[in-house]
Amino acid sequence: MNLVAENLSYKPDEQFHLNEVSFDFKKGNIYTILGRTLSGKTTLLKTIAGLLTPDTGAMQFEDKDFLKVPVWERNIAMVYQQFINYPHLNVFENVAFPLKQRKVDDQVIADEVTKSLKSVGLEGYENRKIQELSGGQQQRVSLARSLVKNAKILLLDEPLVNLDYKLREQLREEFKNIFSQGLSEDSIVIFSTTDPREAMEINGEVIVLDEGKVLQVGQAKEIFENPKTLKVAEISNDPPMNILKAIIQENKIIFEEIKVNLPSHLSSLKEKSFNLGIRASDIELSDSGFEFEVELAEISGSETLLHLKRGNARIIISIEEVLNFNIHDRVKINFNANKVYAFNEDGVLASSPFGGSYV
Amino acid sequence: MGKLYKILKYFFITFWAVFVVAPFLWALTTSFKDFNSVNGGATYIPWVDFEPKLEGWRVLIKSPANGGVDIIEPYFNSLFVTCTASLISIILGTLSAYALSRFTFKAGFVKNNDITFFFISQRIMPPIVLSIPFFLFLGAINLLDSLIGLIVVYIVLLMPIAVWIMVDFFNKVPREIDETALIDGCNPYQAFFKVVLPNSIPGLIVAGMFCIIFGWIDFFFAFILTFTEVQLLPVKIVALNSSITPWWSLSASALISVAPLIIVAFVVERYLSKGNLSGAIK
Repeated sequence: MNLVAENLSYKPDEQFHLNEVSFDFKKGNIYTILGRTLSGKTTLLKTIAGLLTPDTGAMQFEDKDFLKVPVWERNIAMVYQQFINYPHLNVFENVAFPLKQRKVDDQVIADEVTKSLKSVGLEGYENRKIQELSGGQQQRVSLARSLVKNAKILLLDEPLVNLDYKLREQLREEFKNIFSQGLSEDSIVIFSTTDPREAMEINGEVIVLDEGKVLQVGQAKEIFENPKTLKVAEISNDPPMNILKAIIQENKIIFEEIKVNLPSHLSSLKEKSFNLGIRASDIELSDSGFEFEVELAEISGSETLLHLKRGNARIIISIEEVLNFNIHDRVKINFNANKVYAFNEDGVLASSPFGGSYV
Repeated sequence: MGKLYKILKYFFITFWAVFVVAPFLWALTTSFKDFNSVNGGATYIPWVDFEPKLEGWRVLIKSPANGGVDIIEPYFNSLFVTCTASLISIILGTLSAYALSRFTFKAGFVKNNDITFFFISQRIMPPIVLSIPFFLFLGAINLLDSLIGLIVVYIVLLMPIAVWIMVDFFNKVPREIDETALIDGCNPYQAFFKVVLPNSIPGLIVAGMFCIIFGWIDFFFAFILTFTEVQLLPVKIVALNSSITPWWSLSASALISVAPLIIVAFVVERYLSKGNLSGAIK
C-alpha cells in the first residue's frame, strides 16, 4: 500500500539526474527531500508525478505498477516553486479546475473550493484574477488547488523558495498547520527544499539527495546529529559545516598551528589525520582564542556571519548578535571541542558528539 | 534642454505623422472629386475647396459594360482566399508549433530546431524561386486559375509565419502550466485545448494578423497562378489603367483595398494591449 521505488535512474544527458534512488514512503507521513539546487529533487518529484519516465527502476503504489499509470490518472497534486496557476481563470475557477475535470457535482465543487480557499486564508478572493494577486497569494492559490483534490500523494517542490522572507515564515507556519490537521491518514506528503532549517522544522523523515543519489535517509534529528558523510554535513547545515584538515597528536587536535584538547568522544579515533567538522554556531569569539583574519562579514537578521581565514583554513562562524567588522580585522575565536565531528579521509563520519559513527 | 527636446520630439512626430497620413488624405479627397475638381489644382477641403461627388466610388461597382471597373468580385475573392488560407494556416501552424515546442523529435541529425527552421526557410528564399514549382504543381492537379489552388499556395506561404510566431509564443508559455493541467487530470489533448490554447490568444491574434496581411497584399503569386477565371484584388488594381479608369476611381479602389488591414490593425491593437499571460509565472 506504500509508495515504493526501487533503483530509479534517469540519465537524459551526460549526468545522472537520478542515480539508483530507492524509497519506501508510508501513508500518513511527511517526507522531506533535502538537497542543493540541481541535486535531482525536482526530477524525483516529477518522476513520482509521472511527468518523467525513469530509464530504469520500478515504482509501486497501492499494488499497481505506478510507472504504467499516466499522469492524469495518478491522483496526485503538485505545487511548484514558481507560482503556477491558470492565468485565464479566476481564483475560484483555478481551484475548481481539478474537480471539474473529475466531473464533480457543481454544489460539491463550490463547497470544497470554499473550504480549500479558507484553509489557505484566501476566502473572499474567489473572483479575483490571478494577475491581481501577490506572489504569496498566487502560491496559496496553487496550494489550495492541490489540497482541494484530496490527492493520495502531495508533492511540494520548494514551495517557499520564491517568496520573500516574511511571507516564507508565514506560509511555513500555515504548511505546518495544514500538515498537522488537514491531512488524511491516507496520503503521503513529499516536500523538497534546499533549506536545512525547513527540513528540521517540518521534522519528518529526511532524504538527503545529491547529484541524483540518496546519501542518507533518517529522521531530521538523526541527520542533524549524525550526518553520514561530509557531503551530508555540508548539505544539512546552513551555513555549511566548517571542514578542516586536522591531525591528532599527544591528545591534541592540531590544525593550522592551533592545538585544541582532544574531547572524549574523539579519544578512540585510530586515524592520525582526519577531517574535522564544526558548525558555525559552535565557534565563538573569545579574547583568549586563536587569531583569524576577517574576509567577509554578513549581517543576516539578528546574527552576524563572519568568514574567517588563517593560513589555508577558511571557516564561517555565526554570532548571535549584530556586530560590525571590517575586512582584514583580526579576531580571536575559540572552538567548542565537545561539538566537533570527525570524518575520516574518505569523508565518512568517524565520530560525532552524539555518539554516531559510520566507520 | 528638456523643453527643447520635447519641442523637437513633437516636431518630428508631427512631421512623420503628416508624411505617413498625407498620401491617404490625398487619395481620400481625390476619390470624392470629379473631373473638374481633379484638374482644378491642389484642393483638399471638401465643400470649401471642391464639391464632393460619389462618382469615383460608384464606378467601382458598375459592370465593365457600363464603364465601371467591377472590383466587387476580386474583392470577395481576395477576402475568401486570404481568410480561408489564414484560418487553415493558423490551425495547422498552431498544432505543429505546439508539438515542436513541447515534444522532442529526432530523425537522425534532424531535431526540433531543424524542423522549425525548415518551416521558416520557406520564407527565406525569394518568392520567384517558388513560382515555377507552384505553377507546375497546380497545373498537374488542375487547380491553376482557381480559388482552391490559390488557397493551397497561400497555406504553404502563410503556415511558416504561423509556425514561427506560435513556436516562439509557446516557448514562452511555461511548460509547468501544461504539466499542472496533466496533474489536475487532463489528458494531453485536454491540456492543450482547455489550458494552453485559452492562454495563447495574444499569440494567435498576432499570427492571424501577419497571415492576413501577407495573404492580402500578395500580388506575385496571385498574378502568376491566375489568368481569366479568377482574379484577386491586388492583380485587379494593378491592371487598372489611369488612361481608362479615372483618377478618382483609382483612389477609391486603393482605399478600399487597405480598409481590411486598417480594421485588422485596430482590432489587434485592442487585444494586444490587454496582455493576458502575465500571472502564469512570476
